[in-house]
Amino acid sequence: MSLDYTNKKEFHEKLIEEVLAEYPQKSAKRRSKHLGVSDASASDCGVKSNVKSVPGVMTIRGCAYAGSKGVVWGPIKDMVHISHGPVGCGQYSWSQRRNYYIGKTGVDSFVTMQFTSDFQEKDIVFGGDKKLEKLIDEIQDLFPLNNGISIQSECPIGLIGDDIEAVARKKSKEYDDKIIVPVRCEGFRGVSQSLGHHIANDAVRDWLFDKTDPVWETGPYDVNIIGDYNIGGDAWASRILLEEIGLNVISQWSGDATISEMERGPKAKLNLIHCYRSMNYICRHMEEKYNIPWMEYNFFGPSQIEQSLRAIAAQFDETIQQKAEAVIAKYRPLVDAVLAKFKPRLEGKTVMLYVGGLRPRHVVTAYDDLGMEIVGTGYEFAHNDDYQRTSHYVKDGTLIYDDVSGYELEKFIEKIRPDLVGSGIKEKYPVQKMGIPFRQMHSWDYSGPYHGYDGFAIFARDMDLAVNNPVWSLYQAPWKAA
Amino acid sequence: MSDLRQIAFYGKGGIGKSTTSQNTLAALVELDQKILIVGCDPKADSTRLILNTKLQDTVLHLAAEAGSVEDLELEDVLKIGYRDIKCVESGGPEPGVGCAGRGVITAINFLEENGAYDDVDYVSYDVLGDVVCGGFAMPIRENKAQEIYIVMSGEMMALYAANNISKGILKYANTGGVRLGGLICNERQTDKEVELAEALAARLGSKLIHFVPRDNIVQHAELRRMTVIQYDSDCQQAQEYRQLANKVHNNCGKGTIPTPISMEELEDMLMEFGIIKSDEQALAELQAKEAAAAAAAAK
Repeated sequence: MSLDYTNKKEFHEKLIEEVLAEYPQKSAKRRSKHLGVSDASASDCGVKSNVKSVPGVMTIRGCAYAGSKGVVWGPIKDMVHISHGPVGCGQYSWSQRRNYYIGKTGVDSFVTMQFTSDFQEKDIVFGGDKKLEKLIDEIQDLFPLNNGISIQSECPIGLIGDDIEAVARKKSKEYDDKIIVPVRCEGFRGVSQSLGHHIANDAVRDWLFDKTDPVWETGPYDVNIIGDYNIGGDAWASRILLEEIGLNVISQWSGDATISEMERGPKAKLNLIHCYRSMNYICRHMEEKYNIPWMEYNFFGPSQIEQSLRAIAAQFDETIQQKAEAVIAKYRPLVDAVLAKFKPRLEGKTVMLYVGGLRPRHVVTAYDDLGMEIVGTGYEFAHNDDYQRTSHYVKDGTLIYDDVSGYELEKFIEKIRPDLVGSGIKEKYPVQKMGIPFRQMHSWDYSGPYHGYDGFAIFARDMDLAVNNPVWSLYQAPWKAA
Repeated sequence: MSDLRQIAFYGKGGIGKSTTSQNTLAALVELDQKILIVGCDPKADSTRLILNTKLQDTVLHLAAEAGSVEDLELEDVLKIGYRDIKCVESGGPEPGVGCAGRGVITAINFLEENGAYDDVDYVSYDVLGDVVCGGFAMPIRENKAQEIYIVMSGEMMALYAANNISKGILKYANTGGVRLGGLICNERQTDKEVELAEALAARLGSKLIHFVPRDNIVQHAELRRMTVIQYDSDCQQAQEYRQLANKVHNNCGKGTIPTPISMEELEDMLMEFGIIKSDEQALAELQAKEAAAAAAAAK
């Protein structure tokens, strides 16, 4: 896009060969389909995706429960989300994913709390429905300001065949048609967290929409922000811009969301979707059923923000379009100041990314804006349509790795030795031990937001902090000659 | 402990596993054997004839009441029945909920850990129906039962189930050392029943250990919640069960690794015995019938 560079295609191809050579023949054959080098003329990245991981390798993927509880449902703040099953899944996802929210935790908001039915042997043998009923009663007793309950199924629920739908219906009736949502997101379903997103979207459709008739005075500029989980305040930084160009954001899905916001989602004029992978399903449903158009946008980095603001404004009248231009102009000095400060420090630095289902492509141009070059990128759980959306983001010769294993990623990093790696907590410390700067690109490394203009300033600062940290010059032991 | 014998009774649902096993075990007492019966069926009716009542306190129900299985004492679940036979039932959920298979695993582990197997000569497992999941295969697994006795009859589905159970035994035979002790045919008065049972046993690499004739006295005894041995110790049927008990007792170490057959082979075998007809034969008969009908109509 803005930046002009190409990657070393032949070197990357050779690297893939080297990495595959270590595998047994069968595994090598399977993995070879997931590793590739981008070709500017191709419509996708030429890699296979969304299939089962190879047994025996360390995959970085999550499960369907992670996709539903951890991503889609968990951030809805005025609901209680029950991790239904043994204690571990809820325990290890306690606190959620830095989905910021405004509210009094334990009073009217519950995102960072852990609710679990804590299955014991007897619940497996005799079934857990009664315990679930009791748990819902206790929630009603202890947290009367909760506006809804979701039941997030862990693996054993599907194995023993508990009828959580019947419990949800019964308890909903008992508590004046309260929203109680059973979600069949057992971890063993599907190949990654991706199916969990889909199941969670379907649960919104089946158990939330059209259950109440929200009283809502609609306006011409009502939009939904879809697929923004407000990691470190991302949705807030995005919302500011949309409101500044004159739009009326009636709901955020699902970062800092309330259940009533989501219920009125179908009243919007346009759905704006950021994380396509995790919420395209509900957008398609709203398009079919409520005739709401949807469009993707990208609020990472000023060049994409400008493009997106203009594209969004183009869906509305001239006043919005004028305001969009005014907003772009207003933030230009901020962008210029950020670039003036950080671009000279980051220009030409190389980056490898490995993230979930959106950011491996969406953040590419934010790096571009800073003059940084993406040498490799890959998704944990993307589908083919994600790779189709990726090819125009990446340069020719970029190394592409789908559902990369711990071994493959480590080998790639070791050989390429980029100036920065952006991935998750599991990858952070091995990479840093190799002497390579690292930023967590799931949680923003406890920083953020990275969306919007405000986010870009923080993003640029954080990348500089990582890449130019003086600690990396001390990596060589003094008693070993360089 | 070293010469503890563990056996298990499997077979198609309703074939008479519990009745046969309890009668056999009641006869086995007469050989001075100390016996523990472990009922592995959520219905908890594997010890009714020995206790002369349906056992109420199953391992799993008491565990659920107490909180967990760790809160149980062996005395709470172990009951003494006819001639000091020890009885315990795993119990389990009502039909349609939970996981009864997991319940069997829990119950058996509890019994072992708490010394239920000390000071007995025989442990006998009575397992529901077919081998439906890993839990119900528990007695076959991990060096539990050494010999499995399959209760069957001349009926097609009973033969089918016997073959299926053999597959389950085969799966664990090499890893755990379980063997097929033999088939016990519970007479249903079907065509060529003994021959068929013997043929299947031969195919499975096993033997028909005993043919238990049908006798209404079993029903009379059962209605009084008793084994035939207890109800009418001198009757002919009691003698049959004594014979069976003797054979089982002397069958120690003589079990075999079963050689289950395919569904087609099983059907072929039934055809050989004329129980079911081949397609050609059925077609020929149908044509003959139609021809006869046509001839009759022409007259």
